[in-house]
Amino acid sequence: MSQFRMLVLCLVPLILAGSIAYYFQLTYGLTVTGMGREVSWGLYISNFTFLVGIAASAVILVLPYYLYSYREFRSLALLGEIVAICAIVMCMLFILVDLGRVDRVLNIIRYPSYTSVMFYDFIVLSTYLLLNIGVVTFILKGRSEIAKLLAVVSIPWAISIHTVTAFIYSGLVARSFWNTAILAPKFLASAFASGASMMIILGMITKKYTGLKIENEALLKLAEIGVFAMVCNLFLAGVEIFTSMYSANPEHVTHYLYLFFGIENYGNLTSMWWISVILGLAAVILLIIPTTRRDKVFLAISSTFILVSVWMDKGLLLIVPAYVPSPTGLIEEYTPTILEILISAGIWALGILLMAFAIRSVSRYKFVLYQR
Amino acid sequence: MLSRREFVTLTCSAILSFSLPAWMVQKVLASFRESSENPKWGIVVDVSKFGRLSYEEMLKVVEVCRREHNIPVIEGKDRIHWIWLSKLSEIFPKNLSEKSRLGDVLVPVFCNHCENPPCVKVCPTGATFKRYDGVVEQDYHRCIGCRYCMAACPYGARSFNWRDPRPYIELVNPEFPVRTAGVVEKCNMCSERIDRGMMPACVEASKGAMLFGDINKLESEIAEILNSDVFLRCKEYLGTEPKVYYLL
Repeated sequence: MSQFRMLVLCLVPLILAGSIAYYFQLTYGLTVTGMGREVSWGLYISNFTFLVGIAASAVILVLPYYLYSYREFRSLALLGEIVAICAIVMCMLFILVDLGRVDRVLNIIRYPSYTSVMFYDFIVLSTYLLLNIGVVTFILKGRSEIAKLLAVVSIPWAISIHTVTAFIYSGLVARSFWNTAILAPKFLASAFASGASMMIILGMITKKYTGLKIENEALLKLAEIGVFAMVCNLFLAGVEIFTSMYSANPEHVTHYLYLFFGIENYGNLTSMWWISVILGLAAVILLIIPTTRRDKVFLAISSTFILVSVWMDKGLLLIVPAYVPSPTGLIEEYTPTILEILISAGIWALGILLMAFAIRSVSRYKFVLYQR
Repeated sequence: MLSRREFVTLTCSAILSFSLPAWMVQKVLASFRESSENPKWGIVVDVSKFGRLSYEEMLKVVEVCRREHNIPVIEGKDRIHWIWLSKLSEIFPKNLSEKSRLGDVLVPVFCNHCENPPCVKVCPTGATFKRYDGVVEQDYHRCIGCRYCMAACPYGARSFNWRDPRPYIELVNPEFPVRTAGVVEKCNMCSERIDRGMMPACVEASKGAMLFGDINKLESEIAEILNSDVFLRCKEYLGTEPKVYYLL
């Protein structure tokens, strides 16, 4: 397992750097980030949104395997549940580092507010986390009938974590960029696209470095699901852009103009938006053509394209334009600071490390996998 | 077969997952009930009167608030405002022609103390709430600093303490709490003064260009004006029902 040690050696310094950066943030306050009065959410919330999608997308493996007994997803379904657990842990960490008074975080439970979508998001995220921990624990204990029950119960929760996360944004009358019913379905589509891509890449790595048996058939099926979801995602994005631009409601149009071309010299997201679109389209073309889809290298490349494209589209490109221009017409741009990037990288490193450890230990339970 | 422990775990979680939503629904319904006998404070800004003030007199309105509420003076992205001066054309871009002579008139802008405050609705801890008298208030000791309210406010009325504010306060007013880093703050319509029977500090400093009163009470001066004159409210089409009125 020397490769595994290499991975750990790469990740640990990142986690340490992130922790030190977070210490600075705790000491000096969130002023060390690029966020400010006009753009008050940034990189942390972007990553949170993306990772909720990754967590929710375990359902594309769980549903075919447990509900329709699609046997090829046998080992991938377990990987999917592990990824979901790690993704939710990362989500919660991203929320924690974003809070101004992290010491008061339990106020969400002590003084719950039933009109706040964030409260419900907290509930569904925790439930989904517990359900997935339950599934994995019972599988490893060999109690597959209880695992199956919990897995089936977790399916609606997977959908709801992402729907409720979308409601956090789409329920705000102040931010016309988010205030659209299409946000929740679009979130689900992009989540399934990015989740499938993530599982393809993870499946390839797991197959290469552990004894876990993952059929090529399963990866190809995932590619089909992923490209279908990505097409849905691009279609929904197009629908939203048409509706906003053609109806020409200035409050909607200005955010898109900022995204496409920038407004008066302010446009540090423009190139990112075009890159995201081009990567997404390229991945769709590569995955639709059967010869490139069946080619391992192309499959890995196009999966990476989708991951990067969705990370941009559901991250900074979703959060920041809603604040630019601000509701009062001010234009103030957002650029993440080094400390902010270090903290985010640290959380990613921690999540990946967690995933690697979990997958490594699960791959030693081979006998359990074949009993299922 | 299930073991006893598993049976107990499953039963408990089943009970919880049914009773918790029911309890929540009950709580939500209870929050809709509201008495109409309470006062409902509102502020009228007389635009023409305010426009006739000198720039120093206008700044005074901002200054008294700053001193009363220990608002730090910070420049740049970390700045904190409870009340600030803005051009009329900026807050009512749809009600003025481009070359309107009124466009450049400065007016005070502050929290609208909406009847349907989006910030109160979204706060996950109830740290921001509407008082019995309609004042939208912030609890600096409960706020966790998630900044959801800042995303929800259509008026940019909320500021976050990105850093420790204390070094940026010239003279601390011991009567009012100084905030810590990491919490959101906003105009509180001087609720600490209202409770002592006084007017908000900005209204007092405005030399009659701003009026404060109970909009529920028919015989009040403010109700009289609102019932006989034409006024504008910020982004009325959003349905937030602001209680700050700009009289033209």
